[in-house]
Amino acid sequence: MSATISSKRLGSEFVRKVKEISGQNLHLCYQCGLCSGNCPMVSSMDLPPRQVIELARLGLEEEITSSRTVWTCASCLACTVNCPRGFDLSKIMEAIRLLTLRKNVDHLRPEDISPQERCALPQLAMVGGLRKFSG
Amino acid sequence: MSLAYYPGCTLKTKAKNLEDPAIASMEVLGSRLEEIPRWNCCGAVYSLADDDLIHQVAPVRNLIRVKEQGKNEVVTLCSFCLNTLKRANLLMKEDAEKRGTLNSFMDEEIDYGGEVEVVHLLEVLKDQVGWEALAQKVKLPLRGLRVAPYYGCTLLRPREVAVDDVEKPTILQELLEALGATPVDFPEFAECCGSYQIVSSPDDIPKYAWHILNSALSHGAEALVLTCPLCDYNLGQGQKELMKKHDEFDGVPLFYFTQLLALALGLGPQVCHFELNYGEPELLLREKNLLPRGEAL
Amino acid sequence: MSVKENNKNPAETTVKEKKQLAVKLIPVHIMGKRYEVPEGLTIMKAMEYAGYRFIRGCGCRGGTCGACGTVYRKPGDYKLQVALACQKTVEPDMYVAQIPFFPANRAEYKFTELTSAPEEVFRLYPELFRCVACNACTKACPQGIEVMDAISALKQGNITEAARLSFDCIQCGLCTSRCLGELAQYHMFQLARRIYGARILSRAEHLAEMVKAVEEGEYEEALEKLKGMNEEELKRAYQEREVEPVSAGEDWKPKDKRYL
Repeated sequence: MSATISSKRLGSEFVRKVKEISGQNLHLCYQCGLCSGNCPMVSSMDLPPRQVIELARLGLEEEITSSRTVWTCASCLACTVNCPRGFDLSKIMEAIRLLTLRKNVDHLRPEDISPQERCALPQLAMVGGLRKFSG
Repeated sequence: MSLAYYPGCTLKTKAKNLEDPAIASMEVLGSRLEEIPRWNCCGAVYSLADDDLIHQVAPVRNLIRVKEQGKNEVVTLCSFCLNTLKRANLLMKEDAEKRGTLNSFMDEEIDYGGEVEVVHLLEVLKDQVGWEALAQKVKLPLRGLRVAPYYGCTLLRPREVAVDDVEKPTILQELLEALGATPVDFPEFAECCGSYQIVSSPDDIPKYAWHILNSALSHGAEALVLTCPLCDYNLGQGQKELMKKHDEFDGVPLFYFTQLLALALGLGPQVCHFELNYGEPELLLREKNLLPRGEAL
Repeated sequence: MSVKENNKNPAETTVKEKKQLAVKLIPVHIMGKRYEVPEGLTIMKAMEYAGYRFIRGCGCRGGTCGACGTVYRKPGDYKLQVALACQKTVEPDMYVAQIPFFPANRAEYKFTELTSAPEEVFRLYPELFRCVACNACTKACPQGIEVMDAISALKQGNITEAARLSFDCIQCGLCTSRCLGELAQYHMFQLARRIYGARILSRAEHLAEMVKAVEEGEYEEALEKLKGMNEEELKRAYQEREVEPVSAGEDWKPKDKRYL
C-alpha cells in the first residue's frame, strides 16, 4: 500500500476525533503486531489490526474507512488484554465505526438481516449486532 | 437464601436450557435465584466509546432495579450480561462525572453510585457454595465425561471484569471436577466464536467454530461446556454447516454449565431442556450411563 | 378562570359575567405563532378558534382515538410535555405543535399466518433490538403506559406482558416520535395484543359448549314456542318469567331446570 502522509492529515479532524472517542493515546503503540497475532478474526480482515492503528495515527481516513476491518472486529478484546503497551485497540475500532455511524450511514440495517435469521438468532446477537453496525 | 438474579433476554427464549437448570440447581443448593422486577435488556455489548453515555443507561437501569430491592449483589448466568453490567458498574463506581450525568439523565430513577456487585453464577458456586460442599451434593457424578471448558470472551475480558485469571482460568475446570467430570484443556478455551459478527458476516462463523471445535476434539474432548448463548449459537449453527462440509466431522455436543450441574445434582433431564442443545448431547449422556436409556426427554 | 367560577352553575351566570368570561383571552403559541384564545378551551378547540380547520389530526374528541397527539412546552421549562389536543386545556404562553401522524415503520403481515411465538415480533420488527432503554417513550406517553417496560417484555419474548402493559395504548405515536432507536413501539404493541388476543388468551370453554349446544338444537323447541306466540302471550310470558330473587343464595336454582 502506498499513501501520502502530510502534516495536514496528521493533525486532521479524523485523528482528533478517533483520539477523543476512544480515549486512547495513539502514539503508545510501537507496532509489535501482537494485536494482529492474537486476533481471531484476522483471517477475514483486509487490513490487519496493527495497521489500523498506524493508518489512524497518520490520519489516513479513506484507507481505513474503505477497509472492512473495523466491521470484522468482534470486540473480543484479545488485542486489548495482550497489548504490552496497555493500549486498547478495541476502542479505536469502536471510534472508527462510530465516525461512520454518526454520519447516519449504517453498516447494517435491521432489514438487511433475513427474516429467517431474525427468528433464529439469539436476541443478544441482534442487540449486539445492531448496536455495533447501525447508528 | 435469596439471590437477586438478572436473567437477560435470550435466557427467556432460546437459552431456557441455560436458565431452568440453574434455578433448579440453586434451589437444591439452598439458594433461590429471584428475578429482579422490571429488568430491561442490558444492551449485550458494552459501549467502547468514551463519549457514548446513552448506551450505559440500559445496564445501569438494571443495577438500579437491584438497589431498589435492597440487595447489594446481582447474579447473572449469561456472560454477555455479566460483562456489560459489570463494566457499566465499574464506570458508575469510578467516574464521578459520568455517574452524575447518567443519574441526572435518568431523573425518573433513584440515584446510583455503584452500590451493587455483579457476579456470575460460577463465582457464586465457587465462593458462596464452595466446590467441596457442591461435590457432596452430587448424586450422579459425571464419571467418564470428558468435557472441554470453553470460556469465550466476555467471561474473561477485559481483565478488570474477568471472573478468573485471564491467561489461565480454572473455574470451569473446578466445577467439572466437583461434578465428577473430566476437564479437557485446549488452547482455544478463550478464542472468540465470532460473536455478533453472525449478524453481518454469517459465512465467516463456521471457520471460527471449526478452529475451536476441532481443537477441543483433537485434545480428547467429547463435549464442550459453555456459559454464553451466543457462543452456543455460533458453535452450534457453525457445526451444522461444518458437518455438511467435512464428512469425518460428526459434530460435538455443547452443554451449558448449568445443565451439567443440574444433571449431577440428580435433577434429571427434564429441567435441562436438552432438546434445545446442539450436537445431540443425549446420545453422549446415554453412552456414559448418565441418562436412562430410551427415556423420552 | 378561578376554581370558584369554574364550579359555578352556568345557569346562575349573569349576562354581564358571561360577557366578561367570553372576552378573557390568554396567549398561546400554536405552530410558532402567537394567538389570543379563550381560556378553558382544549388545545384542539383553541386551534380551531385560531382558525385551524382539522381534516386530519382530529377524531373522537373524547381522548380515545389517538389522532391528536400534541407536544407542548411551557415557558421556563426545558422539558417537552405531551398531551392529546382534545383533552388538554390551554395554559398561558404554552408553545403547541401537533404530531397527528408519525411516519413510523408498520410491518405488513397476514394475521392468519401468525403463531404465538415471540419470533413473530422479532421477524416483523427487528429494529426492536435497537432500544437503548432511554425511557423517552414512557415519558412521552399521554396514557401513562410503561412503554419501555413493554418493549423490554417484547425483547424477552413475553408477548403476554407486552399486551398487558400496553392495554391502554391509543396508537397516538408520540412514543415513536421521541425514540432514539427509531422503534415503532405502538405498532409493535398492536401486533402483541393481536397475537395475545387470538393465540395466547385461553378460549372460554363454557362459551364453546354453549355454542355447540345451540348448534345441536338444544334450544330449538323453546325458540319455536316463543316464535309461535302473539304479542299478548309474549308480554305475559315475559312478565311471568322466573327471576332470581335479589336475596337468593349461592344454592338458588330455578324451577325449570331443563337448561341448566
